Amino acid sequence: MPNFIDRRLNPKDRSLGNRQRFLKRVHDELKRTIRDQVKSDKIADVDAAHGVPIPRRGADEPSFRHSGASGERHHVLPGNQTFSPGDRIRKPETGAGGGGNGRGPGRGEATDDFLFILSREEVLDLFFEDLELPDLVKLNLRETVTYKPHRAGLTTSGTPTNINVGRTMRNSFGRRMALRRPSERECRVLADEIAALEGEERLSLSQRNRLTQLRQELEVLERRRRRIAYVDPVDVRFNRFERQPLPNASAVMFCLMDVSASMGEREKDLAKRFFVLLHLFLKRRYERIDIVFIRHTDEAHEVDEETFFFSKQSGGTIVSTALEEMQRIIMDRYPSNLWNIYAAQASDGDNANGDSERCASLLRDELMKLCQYYAYVEIIDERESEIFGTTDNGTSLWRAYRTVDGAVPNFQMTRISRPADIYPVFRKLFARHQPRSVRG
Amino acid sequence: MAKRPASSLLFEGSEWNFATLSRAYDAIEAIAIGEMGLDVYPNQIEVISSEQMLDAYSSVGMPLMYQHWSFGKRFVFESHLYRKGYRGLAYELVINSNPCITYLMEENTMPMQALVTAHAAFGHNHFFKNNYLFRQWTDASAILGYMDFAKKYVAKCEERHGPAAVEEILDAAHALMDQGVFHYRRPPRLSSEKVTERARERLEYEEQTYSDLWRTLPTAGGNAGIEAAEQEALERKQALNLPEENLLYFLEKHSLILEPWQREILRIVRVIAQYFYPQGQTKVMNEGCATFVHYFIINRLFDQGRMSEGAMLELLASHANVVFQPDFDDPRFSGLNPYALGFAMMQDIERICTRPTSEDRDWFPTIAGNGDWRGTLLDAWENHRDESFILQYLSPTLMRRFRLFHLTDRADERFCEVASIHDERGYSAVRAALARNYDPGVNRPDIQVVDVDLLGDRQLRLRHSVKHGILLNESDRDATLAHVRRLWGYNVSLSGVDAQTGASLYECSATEA
Repeated sequence: MPNFIDRRLNPKDRSLGNRQRFLKRVHDELKRTIRDQVKSDKIADVDAAHGVPIPRRGADEPSFRHSGASGERHHVLPGNQTFSPGDRIRKPETGAGGGGNGRGPGRGEATDDFLFILSREEVLDLFFEDLELPDLVKLNLRETVTYKPHRAGLTTSGTPTNINVGRTMRNSFGRRMALRRPSERECRVLADEIAALEGEERLSLSQRNRLTQLRQELEVLERRRRRIAYVDPVDVRFNRFERQPLPNASAVMFCLMDVSASMGEREKDLAKRFFVLLHLFLKRRYERIDIVFIRHTDEAHEVDEETFFFSKQSGGTIVSTALEEMQRIIMDRYPSNLWNIYAAQASDGDNANGDSERCASLLRDELMKLCQYYAYVEIIDERESEIFGTTDNGTSLWRAYRTVDGAVPNFQMTRISRPADIYPVFRKLFARHQPRSVRG
Repeated sequence: MAKRPASSLLFEGSEWNFATLSRAYDAIEAIAIGEMGLDVYPNQIEVISSEQMLDAYSSVGMPLMYQHWSFGKRFVFESHLYRKGYRGLAYELVINSNPCITYLMEENTMPMQALVTAHAAFGHNHFFKNNYLFRQWTDASAILGYMDFAKKYVAKCEERHGPAAVEEILDAAHALMDQGVFHYRRPPRLSSEKVTERARERLEYEEQTYSDLWRTLPTAGGNAGIEAAEQEALERKQALNLPEENLLYFLEKHSLILEPWQREILRIVRVIAQYFYPQGQTKVMNEGCATFVHYFIINRLFDQGRMSEGAMLELLASHANVVFQPDFDDPRFSGLNPYALGFAMMQDIERICTRPTSEDRDWFPTIAGNGDWRGTLLDAWENHRDESFILQYLSPTLMRRFRLFHLTDRADERFCEVASIHDERGYSAVRAALARNYDPGVNRPDIQVVDVDLLGDRQLRLRHSVKHGILLNESDRDATLAHVRRLWGYNVSLSGVDAQTGASLYECSATEA
């Protein structure tokens, strides 16, 4: 007789530890792959589960193996139909003597790249590793603190929805044992015996005595059962919840985008890609951040996410309108003593005559006093990127902003000319531990 | 349970439960032991789910295994294939241990459970217990205990020295796993307290009787010079027991930089490699034996009227899938199917014993028509590995049936040549070539430690004796050498020497980065 064991209920995921080790092992490679994918025009896909080919590098297990491309081999194969000794068969041309052409048995094993499905969270974690918003200092300043209920032990009073059944029944069980409440079974045994006696045709004297005695006993038991409740109010326990204030790093990000006619399809695409990345990053890392989208032509509007990314309105260019709109919204809704304020602006640098200076002074004198951090991204032509080799040269807006860059420490400006620039620029702007003096 | 005297069926329908499992087991056991004369370890049958099967796959089929990323990689790989539907899972997994553990998948139908019980719990089990390779190379009763120790030991090392340090050693050890086996001499037993005790005593005796005077005796030969150097090298090699084919063993014993726990980890990997060594050499026989046993048993059960026709049809379909052998030009072809070859050869032996042709009498005078196919098979299972089994028992009949032909393939030519086919002139050659393909000595690179001067530059010299001009894959070779260097601590060099001519073919080394 064999020993049968049912293992189906054993804990699963026995190899979870191994899987994690493996993930850790290929972590760097995965990160690189994802970045490459994003650079090569797949930025919107960041926000999805990814099939990431596991690179062989870092995950291969070397050993002394025979190489397929040398020496003399002998194969014995089944299914000869037409060959006679001495026949010659041309080798397939594919690959330099490569295995897996059906001839080298056991060779060409599945050591190739294989797809590894990462969840959206895993992708984003890898993608945004080491990035953060600089100077997130004004923590817990806002008065409207949010609370979140946390489990905090048990209590004897509460609403019925919060009854802790397990604990209640445990108390009840203990009490019933201690007070010797007769069990259902004891009563049933007596009742059965009584029923048996009652069923008899004629009872002897001893049986009759026994019957009355049993009835009395049953009576006693049942009285006792009535007196000692099955579940007593003293047994009942409720889950207790404590409202804990959540640390509230109130932060707002202003996204300013130029959608004027001078921004061609390419420029808009690049700008949008930049903001998509920023948006994802904020959503991923700072769950409760406010994001304000402002787009401007010759006038600026606050818009919702959908419009910001997908609408196709166009027109002239006055950049300062966007800054004024941002200033208005800050005054309105985000008092700077309570909020960490960030802004990112994308533009092609074209602006109405004389407006660039106005923008610079607006920034320097007003906005930068309110903002924690301001990033300006200019979308330029690839040819321009060669012409504007130095950072001093550039469009009117660029030159005007150069004066701000010099004057204010928490202002950053940079240029993007190709999709491949976006990610490096993004990392540059939001790299962790950038030494930056905190605004006083 | 109500008895149905009219029906002697062991089970009906496809649902199984532990009652039907055990009834089927008893019926199978009666046939396996009583009629076939199998001799098995006690069975332990465990029912697992598909996820657990994947788990078991990824840790090379051992129920207990230390943690390493490569198993995670295998798991991700296997589960990917499984989820995409490229590959099904095995119906069973069997472990060469005492008691013999068989895993059954819960998804199997009842007829499949019966088939798999016959296949694994009796077929494989008998083979594990009786085949000479398994008897000599593995210790079935100690392996589970040892794996338990290994798992705990590695975990403890990770705790003490950090996972990164342990991983580094394990990576290096895994790279040398194929070179961590005693191919030629019998390995020491797992628990050999007596032996180590005796070795210690011998050492003590040598120390006690050591006399420095012996060293001062003049050597027999007159001229010193070159010979002295050679002599020195020879002594040095003798002291280290060189040449040594088991690289892991050598590194474990003689590495200059490893700490005791690192040596113990090398030993663990080496013991596991040793444990799996026979499995690689007996694939055809092992699967053939198990398939033959299950085929015999289900047919007997059907003959006894203990299995319905429906169940029998299901099992025959499954059996036919298992022993399917596509031709070489079929897109499904991926080498000779060990199940097909093994099963066909064993059935053929049965035929030769009972209904021999005159050809069989010429080729197999000792067994043809002896009538005792059971005894003949039991003897074959016990005393052969794939190579010798094929060389001994592959009959012309079978070669004709498989239409086997022998192809030579030189890497530097654009043609393969058909050397011989399944005809009168070719039988011996085809058979010998096929047997050679199953020879582990041909299939794995022969790399040995040949010299190391512990008092000099401490360079470890390895030699790859190249057979048939087959070289090593270079990127793999260099990466592996780097692993050897990590374990040895000093420079390592590898030279490729042609096994026949002795000509040096290549030379490479791993030095400090």
